[in-house]
Amino acid sequence: MFIITCPFCGERDQSEFSAGGEAHIVRPKQPTELSDDEWADFLFMRKNIKGIQFERWNHAHGCRKWFNVVRDTSNDKIYAVYKMGEKPPSN
Amino acid sequence: MKNNYSIFSLLKNSLSYHENWQQAWRDPEPKKEYEAVIVGGGGHGLATAFYLAKKHNMKNIAVVEKGWIGGGNTGRNTTIIRSNYLWDASAGLYDHALKLWENLSQEINYNVMFSQRGVMNLAHNLQDVRDLKRRTHANRLNGIDAVWLSTEEVKKFCPIINTSPDIRYPVLGGTLQRRAGTARHDAVAWGYARGADAMGVDIIQNCEVKGIKRINDAVEGLETTKGFIKTKKIGVVAAGHSSVIANMAGIRLPLESKPLQALVSEPVKPIIDTVVMSNAVHAYVSQSDKGELVIGAGTDAYVSYTQRGSHDVVEGTLKAILELYPIFSRMKMLRQWGGIVDICPDASPIISKTSIKGLYFNCGWGTGGFKATPGSGDLFAHTIANDEPHALNAAFNINRFVSGDLVDEHGAAAVAH
Amino acid sequence: MSENFRSTETKFLDKTNRISFKYNGKKYYGYKGDTLASALLSNGVHLIGRSFKYHRPRGIMTCGSEEPNAIVQIGGNGPFTEPNVRATEQEIYEGLEASSQNCWPNVKFDVGGINNFISPVIPAGFYYKTFMWPKKLWYSLYEPAIRMSAGLGKSPTQPDPELYDHNYLHCDVLVVGGGISGIIAASISADNGNNTVLIDDKNSLGGSTIFQDDENFKIDDEISSVWLNNQIKNIKNKKNLIIKHRTSLAAYHSYNYLLARENLGDHKSLNERSNKLRQRLWKIRAKKVILATGSIERPLIFNNNDRPGVMLANSVKKYIDYFGVRCGNKNVIFTNNDSAYETAISLNKKGINVTIVDIRNYSSSILVKNAKNAGIKIYWNHTVVDTKGYRRIKSIQIMEMSNDGTNVIGSKINLVCDNLSISGGWTPMVHLFTQSGGKLKFRDSDQVFLPNIAMSDQISIGSCNGNFELDDIIKNTISDCKNFLSSSTTDFDLIKVSCPKQKENKNIWLLPNDKPLGKTKPFLDFQNDSTAKDIKLAMREGFRSIEHVKRYTTTGMGTDQGKLANMHALGIISETAGVKMGSLGTTTFRPPYTPLTFGTIVGRNVGTFFDITRKTPMHAWHENHKAKFENVGQWKRAWFYPKGNENMDQSVQRESKAARESAGILDASTLGKIDIKGTDASEFLNRVYTNAWSKLGIGKCRYGLMLNEDGMVYDDGVTTRLSENHYLMTTTTGGAANVLSKLEDYLQTEWPELDVWLTSVTDHFATASVCGPNSKNILKKLFPNIEFNDETFPHMSFKNAELDGIHCRIMRISFTGEHSYEINIESKYGKSLWEKCMDAGKEFNITPYGTETMHLLRAEKGFIIVGQDTDGTMTPIDLQMDWIVSKKKYDFIGKRSLYRSDTMREDRKQLVGLLTDNPSEILEEGAQIVQDEKKQPIEMLGHVTSSYFSPNLNKSIALAVVKNGKKLKGQKLLVPMKDKTIKVTVSDFIFFDSKNERLNA
Repeated sequence: MFIITCPFCGERDQSEFSAGGEAHIVRPKQPTELSDDEWADFLFMRKNIKGIQFERWNHAHGCRKWFNVVRDTSNDKIYAVYKMGEKPPSN
Repeated sequence: MKNNYSIFSLLKNSLSYHENWQQAWRDPEPKKEYEAVIVGGGGHGLATAFYLAKKHNMKNIAVVEKGWIGGGNTGRNTTIIRSNYLWDASAGLYDHALKLWENLSQEINYNVMFSQRGVMNLAHNLQDVRDLKRRTHANRLNGIDAVWLSTEEVKKFCPIINTSPDIRYPVLGGTLQRRAGTARHDAVAWGYARGADAMGVDIIQNCEVKGIKRINDAVEGLETTKGFIKTKKIGVVAAGHSSVIANMAGIRLPLESKPLQALVSEPVKPIIDTVVMSNAVHAYVSQSDKGELVIGAGTDAYVSYTQRGSHDVVEGTLKAILELYPIFSRMKMLRQWGGIVDICPDASPIISKTSIKGLYFNCGWGTGGFKATPGSGDLFAHTIANDEPHALNAAFNINRFVSGDLVDEHGAAAVAH
Repeated sequence: MSENFRSTETKFLDKTNRISFKYNGKKYYGYKGDTLASALLSNGVHLIGRSFKYHRPRGIMTCGSEEPNAIVQIGGNGPFTEPNVRATEQEIYEGLEASSQNCWPNVKFDVGGINNFISPVIPAGFYYKTFMWPKKLWYSLYEPAIRMSAGLGKSPTQPDPELYDHNYLHCDVLVVGGGISGIIAASISADNGNNTVLIDDKNSLGGSTIFQDDENFKIDDEISSVWLNNQIKNIKNKKNLIIKHRTSLAAYHSYNYLLARENLGDHKSLNERSNKLRQRLWKIRAKKVILATGSIERPLIFNNNDRPGVMLANSVKKYIDYFGVRCGNKNVIFTNNDSAYETAISLNKKGINVTIVDIRNYSSSILVKNAKNAGIKIYWNHTVVDTKGYRRIKSIQIMEMSNDGTNVIGSKINLVCDNLSISGGWTPMVHLFTQSGGKLKFRDSDQVFLPNIAMSDQISIGSCNGNFELDDIIKNTISDCKNFLSSSTTDFDLIKVSCPKQKENKNIWLLPNDKPLGKTKPFLDFQNDSTAKDIKLAMREGFRSIEHVKRYTTTGMGTDQGKLANMHALGIISETAGVKMGSLGTTTFRPPYTPLTFGTIVGRNVGTFFDITRKTPMHAWHENHKAKFENVGQWKRAWFYPKGNENMDQSVQRESKAARESAGILDASTLGKIDIKGTDASEFLNRVYTNAWSKLGIGKCRYGLMLNEDGMVYDDGVTTRLSENHYLMTTTTGGAANVLSKLEDYLQTEWPELDVWLTSVTDHFATASVCGPNSKNILKKLFPNIEFNDETFPHMSFKNAELDGIHCRIMRISFTGEHSYEINIESKYGKSLWEKCMDAGKEFNITPYGTETMHLLRAEKGFIIVGQDTDGTMTPIDLQMDWIVSKKKYDFIGKRSLYRSDTMREDRKQLVGLLTDNPSEILEEGAQIVQDEKKQPIEMLGHVTSSYFSPNLNKSIALAVVKNGKKLKGQKLLVPMKDKTIKVTVSDFIFFDSKNERLNA
């Protein structure tokens, strides 16, 4: 169980959080304009990266805020945490 | 010709202190080119190679495995085999596999210790009852031997279950598939490997795929840690690492890879002679032929390739075990481990062609792939050999995520995702 | 057996406290502080159990958690029974009962011993090669026989009478292991101001140094054990230090999250266990971790090295120096290193006969010199080639080795002995380090794996870090701890240490023999009976990876998890394949370090505490009125209220009729309630529901259907506009938490521009739903100030009200099709509200009804229940609810998915009604529906989702989803059951009051 630093509450045990999957998949603003393939891509297709992944977490048993985490999925090491709407760290 | 395995060969070899047994499979270096290459030397991949050679006469083929064969989820699962799935497509797929299991030891001359000790699924609330009855009716009409059991019948079939009405989520009944059971997981990989090798298939271990070469929209070969291997057909059966290979080919799959945990107790004399699963209270348990209680836990809810899950999941599972089997409180956990399972949004697998010619994927088995091993291998071999799916795996194409024609088996999958 | 082997004085046991215990039914005595193993040895008992496969007699090999053989059942047959307990760890207590395992009829004469004679035919993996013919015998004979031989001890068959606890611990520094390096580390850490915890699995600190009385091991001019004893006294008074005895580290997860099991009761007699608390699981989060887990001695691998009486040399030393117990009268020590000479000298000092066999040519160690001076006979360059003695070793045969160590030469020498102490060097315990994700390196000089790269803030010190000599251990511990803890000075900076140095390393993983390997039995894994020849067989058959060999031979799969066997397996693979050991890697060390009781892992979360039970404020009333309850998620909901001897059907028929004929009341408090505020609340609802919300008037209610992004129905409920920017949403009981999470997710991540605030108020309000033709009359009595008429308070509207001065919200909404009101009140007044309704309704025969009646009444009206009539594969169009899907709205959650090729199909499964040809026949929920029973394979068109006997229509009704159902109205279909086929007709799914006239009745 890792420790996540909630940008609002600080360091907390992972058990307080729930994962929200890959980050920065923006819900299309005009879904009706999309082809079935493009919509399926948004709905289901994931990079599912082994390595550094940008992902969403929710402090479900805390402040209930959503935020982003940069984590290496091969060893669970967390490199950065940033709020929704903030720019992802570039390195 | 390989040694045939039998009591007679054992007796004969005992005279020479077992020093004359042949290799079960060779340890070849990769050739420059193959007719087809299977990526992933787990049970599914080895079975695919076996049936490609046996049924489709494709013998100039190879299986490349990053580590050692059977070392992924084949060697990490809780070995449950059953076919009591809800939808016709799934029932067809899993029962095809179950029928192959029933003759597998003889087919590959390797005792996979298939034990038809029955699998029981318990209901703990009224919606569970409706869902399980629905599944039982569907199973019966599909020719699958599932029956509904009352609480009393559950107790009779497995007396150590706590069926008291006073527990938090009392057992309200269950379904039983008697043809279902367990098998020895390692033996499946080893038996298929031996069988495939005997027909000329090259099984190449410690060979990691580093890239997929394509020209336009067709595959040309594989970059591996043992050099470039040319081939026109690549069948990927890489379980938790499917997306890693897909990313190499530049395609995305509807998968998330998550740690699934399991544990065994210390070995004890026979105490439970069937497999019992419960979705609502979330625990499933059987006893291995060594005497260990084999207990499946759930997946963590986040993507991870660490093969280790969080302790919470194990704690939650054992909590459920003690709710249903209070007598196990003084039993001890001997070993816990994790596997990386690739989960599809509809809890059904993908056995399919892709948009790239000659690239085939067999993935998304989630928490329940072991039971399908022979069927999955057989149908994937068919798909690769004919460049067309078999009728039994047609529904499990990748395109279903575009059309919306999903095969939603969340209810029948062992682990609620 | 009467001989007493407790020959020497010992300060570690309380000799005034004599304890009796039973082993295999016979009474023995030991002392407080004895382990079961030391107590049995003091009584001359060596035969403890039978091995797993060959049922060979086995004895005590070690003195710790690595013990492969001496595992017993303790606690008799009662509820305190426990299988597979290591005699080397179990402390004795008054009345302890222990018995041998895996033997029948008893450990001395075991029928299973026959396996030893057929062992030539059953090598590793034999079962993969046979039992396949004839196939039917697999089920009737082979498999049952294999199953019968499974297991070692016996599972308990009664519930556990004891309790387990969990506790959390946060500390600056956790030190694991109370040997000399752990004690120094804890001392430095605490002195440095760190909040420090030291845990040790034994009942007292000191590791193996505490019984080191040899003059050659000195610290600050004191004998090492004396020095250490003073240190232990010192650290007990340190402020920042907590010391936990009998606490073993079970698992070391990432981010320095560790689990430790503290034993609170297992060493106490049943009478003393009054608080019933047996073990406690500590969940530890440490900023820094210092591992001082020590090392374990390696056995040597030679023919018949498994007999009772063959023990590890350092364990023999502990038994004599710590427990004061002789493990034999005539000892042979067989070694490849100097440390075993300490055992020889200890035994010799106590006047016990000892001979040494050493595979090396010589050693210049002072220990060797001292042994020689004491007159101990040493056979240099010799190896043991065989041992004799069935239930206890009687003699050994030794031979000289060739110079390259691959062969034996000359003639055999027979040595009579009753104990063979073996030492193959030491293996650092790196298990916890690797569990935490650490990577190992291999040291060739003494062939050990050592910690290399750690994944978290931790160090390994002492012998688990490969320091085997006292001066190295102490000096490296001090300097490593100073670095790790950033401390500039310590009390130990001027320490002086003198000790013998290990000379002349020589290691042969599989010792040579005069017989061919095939005729010998050199055991590696003593519990699972895997031998060196099994390893070689596996390799011959193509298993090369260590994991393959392990799995094929079952090496390291026993209850000791290969603590003794794994290194030799690797060594033999490396010797056989000619591959460097370092390049083979190790098998994965998996948690727990030692087996962990299920009860300990679960703690108090058993029985009543298995899961939270959520009860409504009216729960007590329902209980008092004999309600039966249904579990809905974590909620207990009143299911039905039997009167007299009524069964469920009778209750439900009565309740259903009453609700339609006069008045019924339902506890609807469990429905999820979400308070929605903000200037964009209407827009938000537009986006999350399929229908339009902007024009909903203040004070009005509307039913909404929520989809998943995949277009499938997800949840439903009525939402009320309380004021311009304030709504109250209701959800299904089971969906409440998920709906809130989902809405928060969209709000925070997709639509942060919306000014909307969500609050869960499910638990804040209790809800009583009063329905039926007399509901209006009842509410009039309760709320005399409110005008109840269809103009001022129409269906689907809401009013604020007061009940005896307490604010209520009244919604005129209906899930039964009757004229109906839902009254919401602050939770604490819920029961009072309910009782007032009952009082006011008495003259109208108000009847409380449960969820079953609610389900029936809504089914008569064709209202769906999400999760019962839907299963995640139904769109609103499938449910024939096209009316609720806005065509005008540009977007809402799931809209796009409704326009995919499969979701647009006309012949999808659709919600319909079913009427049985025989109106009294009730369909089974879940039953499948077909058109043609004879068609093969049979085509299932759908299934029955809800089914009841309607007392108001006096016939059976059912809801179903049927392929192309919309077009099949009026058609005959079949419901094939196991023993019959039921004929049905597809109907409209609204069975009752299809014009909704009763809503305004």
